Amino acid sequence: MNLLIFLAVVFGILVLVRLADVARLASRLSGEKDETEQDKDNRINGALMLIFLWAGLALMVYMMLRYNRFMLPVSASEHGVQIDRLMNINWIVLFAVFFLTQILLFTFAFKYRYNKNRRAFYFHDNNKLEAIWTIIPTIVLAALITTGLLEWNDITDPEKHKNGMQVQVYGKQFDWTARYAGKDNMLAKSDFRLITDANPLGVDSTDKTGSDDIITRELYLPVGVNIEMIINSRDVIHSAFLPHFRVQMNAVPGMSTRFHFKPTITTARMREITGNEKFDYVLLCNKICGVAHYNMKMKVVVVEPQEFKDWLKNEKPVFEMPAANTITADSATPKAVTALK
Amino acid sequence: MEVNPHSSVAHDVKAHDEHHDHAHHHEHEENFWTKYLFTTDHKMIAKQFLVTAIFMAFLAMFMSMIFRLQLAWPDTKFAFLESLIGKWGKDGVLDPGFYLALVTIHGTIMVFFVLTGGLSGTFSNLLIPLQVGARDMASGLLNMLSFWFFAASCTVMFISLFVEAGPASGGWTVYPPLSALPQAIPGSGLGMTLWLVSMVLFIASSLLGGINYISTVLNLRTKGMSMSRLPLTVWAFFITAILGVLSFPVLFAAALLLVFDRSFGTSFYLSDIFIDGAPLEHLGGSPVLYQHLFWFLGHPEVYIVLLPALGLASEVISVNSRKPIFGYKAMVASMGVIAFLSFIVWGHHMFVTGMNPFLGSVFVFTTLLVAIPSAVKVFNYITTLWRGNLQFTPQMLFAIGLVSFFISGGLTGIILGDSALDINVHDTYFVVAHFHIVMGSSAIFGMFAGVYHWFPKLFGRMMNKKLGYIHFWLTIVSVYGVFFPMHFLGLAGVPRRYYANTAYEGFAQLININELISVLAIVGGFAQLIFAFNFFYSMYKGKKATQNPWKSNTLEWTTPVEHVHGNWPGAIPEVHRWPYDYGKPGAKDDFIPQTVPYSETPESNSPDDLKH
Repeated sequence: MNLLIFLAVVFGILVLVRLADVARLASRLSGEKDETEQDKDNRINGALMLIFLWAGLALMVYMMLRYNRFMLPVSASEHGVQIDRLMNINWIVLFAVFFLTQILLFTFAFKYRYNKNRRAFYFHDNNKLEAIWTIIPTIVLAALITTGLLEWNDITDPEKHKNGMQVQVYGKQFDWTARYAGKDNMLAKSDFRLITDANPLGVDSTDKTGSDDIITRELYLPVGVNIEMIINSRDVIHSAFLPHFRVQMNAVPGMSTRFHFKPTITTARMREITGNEKFDYVLLCNKICGVAHYNMKMKVVVVEPQEFKDWLKNEKPVFEMPAANTITADSATPKAVTALK
Repeated sequence: MEVNPHSSVAHDVKAHDEHHDHAHHHEHEENFWTKYLFTTDHKMIAKQFLVTAIFMAFLAMFMSMIFRLQLAWPDTKFAFLESLIGKWGKDGVLDPGFYLALVTIHGTIMVFFVLTGGLSGTFSNLLIPLQVGARDMASGLLNMLSFWFFAASCTVMFISLFVEAGPASGGWTVYPPLSALPQAIPGSGLGMTLWLVSMVLFIASSLLGGINYISTVLNLRTKGMSMSRLPLTVWAFFITAILGVLSFPVLFAAALLLVFDRSFGTSFYLSDIFIDGAPLEHLGGSPVLYQHLFWFLGHPEVYIVLLPALGLASEVISVNSRKPIFGYKAMVASMGVIAFLSFIVWGHHMFVTGMNPFLGSVFVFTTLLVAIPSAVKVFNYITTLWRGNLQFTPQMLFAIGLVSFFISGGLTGIILGDSALDINVHDTYFVVAHFHIVMGSSAIFGMFAGVYHWFPKLFGRMMNKKLGYIHFWLTIVSVYGVFFPMHFLGLAGVPRRYYANTAYEGFAQLININELISVLAIVGGFAQLIFAFNFFYSMYKGKKATQNPWKSNTLEWTTPVEHVHGNWPGAIPEVHRWPYDYGKPGAKDDFIPQTVPYSETPESNSPDDLKH
């Protein structure tokens, strides 16, 4: 790294020196023949075009190979595998177009650099050519749009994800809380006016389905089970981003958003895959939400279903938490509760 | 619309000729104030926009340098920060809140003040009257007001940097509730109020300008300048102005409702909020509504930024290829189609915001359609180069660079516009890479191409070519060097607008990429100093320009080097042909200006020409 900084500084000084030089030369040279000057400039810049093209492409490929190991590991959710596949198909198409057009652009720039003995080809219209490069992109895009939309519809179709295990992910500045629906798989109603220190999600104690709701600070998920993640926020917009599962959905105050997915790889298994013993899944906030935005996260753990059940048993239900029995009409904001009644 | 430029222009010529004589005899009456500040001359207003935009661009670039230092070396203390930004850089450590403010103001300035105000303001003002053959804009007064609203807007934004709690810091899109609640982030206090005031002034400036551009193009074209003979620059400015006039009022509405929510207790965007230990009374609003309104402007805004740059590049590429632009009609049509589509794609910014997924599908469809006219444009540029005779002036290099960015950044747009793929790259560095290449760098390269090409027209002097070459090569290398590696960060799942990537252990290994990016960003910033030096040095000491230094066909090069009020000392020239007769077979020179009638060029006329 220090070497890089050093190089940058040296480079900078060189350019500065050159700059002063050029300015001085320029004032002296202004009388010289512009045409020979421009000829020379055309040659140099033409050559640079070609060098830039091939050096740039080579560096690009080098970086792709080198940085490949930093990319996300194989998707840990069912739909994520599909997304990755779709992404790869897209990359193949895009790289083909990228290489074709960039090579043409810079090669033509080099090849057709100025020559005073030649005149440009007066060629300003050709319906056939233009039809070709309207129709071919249209066909390619039609294919990409179709495959993309099929995948999107599959991911977002509520019918396909019925009976998932409900878990609420609740964002506030600057942390996440998870709430499990418990045995009845039904989350109790909540209201922001019921929020207290003891009841941080404002769960309504009069809703019977809440008696088995469980609140945790880590998100445990059973592997191979459909999850219906219900996402809420109580202050500003946050975004629940689980990059390893290819899951992202904003948490919007005033409404509930949802994302359905099925984890397929346990944390333990992923540690083997990545060869990193400390590997953990994470849920990050991915919508600017305030000063500590960059620190707003929750650990995600995927375990076998049995292990999940054991873990859940040891977590305490919402209204059995030590301070929970103080949740009465008196402790909540009086005005708000009156409004509710 | 029935437009009869002939009669109105004839009238104009007479009036202005008298005016010109008058001005000639009493030049001493033009003092500093009327010449440089309260001028109604479009050429001077163009310079005002350009110089203001350059100042703002350096300010915004400087901000990016500060946050790049933080991102690459989060643990290093930079002692100079404290002397530079005071309490925000205490002990050489950048304040996380101020980091967000820098990101926010950097984006706001670059998108609105540099690439909208600066780009359209400079080149629409300079080129529309000169290229359509008009004495000035349709309304000189509105034009002057347009600049002064712009200047006021810049000033308010600048002042907001010195507010005690800091400037707006909720991101340049200022999504509520974050931007509505001072409890949520310090920047949402007075800083945000000033941001909104500044934006309202900016919208006023933009509308005054836009209306003027549209009416000038429609009504003040010289004799013979039919719409189909307009240079592509003017077409681009014209379409851009229409986009602006239709979409900026929606941003105004969005901002106004936000002002109401902030100051008058309404609940357009706010509902169910518990913050600072207390529930708020707002009920029934929707933060998603703001996003719809914002992006209804926000997406056309991308093309408001990009189309003028493409227009400038079309002209520069054709002139310097000594060859007509390929597919003139397709170029105009594709700009029109892009402009139309830009109004029905805004939802692609909102795939994961809680918008109905079916609505998402519709936006995927419309969004990916934009790739078709874009592809046509790229292939037309490449075909224009094919068998051309390319003069590598600095402006030509920048125009080629623009095409390269337009391809690279456009292609990643296909990923982002595909809702299923967007899920995992939304709001990551992948997006940052995408829009900095396709919108930021393309547009700024178009602007550079424009400055190098029309500098002789603006200041009567030439810019130094050698410095231009150094500027170009350093800039294109650093732009790709900065933004290409960001794709990797995005694909690795790194969110944007993170003060540090320390929250997640998996990101720590990516720090090398961030160091590389920051070093190249500093090199790129340095290259812009070369440009600034060249710009201001050449303004006073540059070589004197000849009347038509690039052997160009368009009308602006028929005006004298020394600016005169009314542009042409005599009658306005008449136009007889399209602007792209370069390298025409049989012709004496390799260019035939628009003012040359077919009757004078029997040797090069084709059967098609006689139909005109």
